[in-house]
Amino acid sequence: MRSLELWSAIALIVLASSGGDVLLSAAMKRIGDLDQLRLRSGLMAVVARVVSEKYFLLALCCFCVGFFSLLTALSWGDASLVAPASASMTFVVSAVMAKIFLKEDVDHRRWAAAVLVCIGVALLR
Amino acid sequence: MNCRKYLVLLAVMCFGSAGDALLKRGMNDFGPIDLHHPLQVLAALGNPWVLAGIVVLIGFFATYLNALSWADLSYVLPATALGYVGVTLLGKYFLHENVSPMRWLGVLLISCGVGWVTRGPALTVSSSAESRVRGSEEQHEVA
Repeated sequence: MRSLELWSAIALIVLASSGGDVLLSAAMKRIGDLDQLRLRSGLMAVVARVVSEKYFLLALCCFCVGFFSLLTALSWGDASLVAPASASMTFVVSAVMAKIFLKEDVDHRRWAAAVLVCIGVALLR
Repeated sequence: MNCRKYLVLLAVMCFGSAGDALLKRGMNDFGPIDLHHPLQVLAALGNPWVLAGIVVLIGFFATYLNALSWADLSYVLPATALGYVGVTLLGKYFLHENVSPMRWLGVLLISCGVGWVTRGPALTVSSSAESRVRGSEEQHEVA
């Protein structure tokens, strides 16, 4: 039962983190290269531009859900299981979502990496 | 990709794995969360290890934002996944957890995937941007 609870918490981390990652990536692509913006306008302008981006704020909401799910999962299982399992599954789900929602070119190299990560996660159990 | 961008990716890995390990250290002091009292998790925010983990994870977030501003999400996530190795090492030597050979093999496979994907392009070039570049090249050729 505790194992089911642990993997449910990990699934919630994955969904919240993937949604947050996609929203965050969309926000940063709208803003552009942060280093170039900092050189042009200064650090405070970068901070102001980032925190006024609506996708960024939505991403933060998703990450809050993911963070408290992570704390709960860490209280139930080992860090060396929870952190890699949730992060690597987040990678796979995020790659699918990036392909669908962000229209990224997820080529054979990136998909092959996803398969390797999936096998790695299965071994972590 | 230049040296500074690789350093940003390295910082994402280091901050991410150290932050996770610090959070776990804090939650070890706190004990298991009861599903019937989920707000117990808020009390964990007063733990110094958890607070230190949050500070380190803010560093992770800043470097992660920087990376996402010049690279694809499907590149940044695997490119920074070597942090799994870091968190496993911290789990074994800092938290004294038992890491079985199968888990080490899992970490190794994840790392192989990471190493492979980082050899590819970091950013998707949109068709409109690509056509602008081609148009510019053709103008140069005509000139």
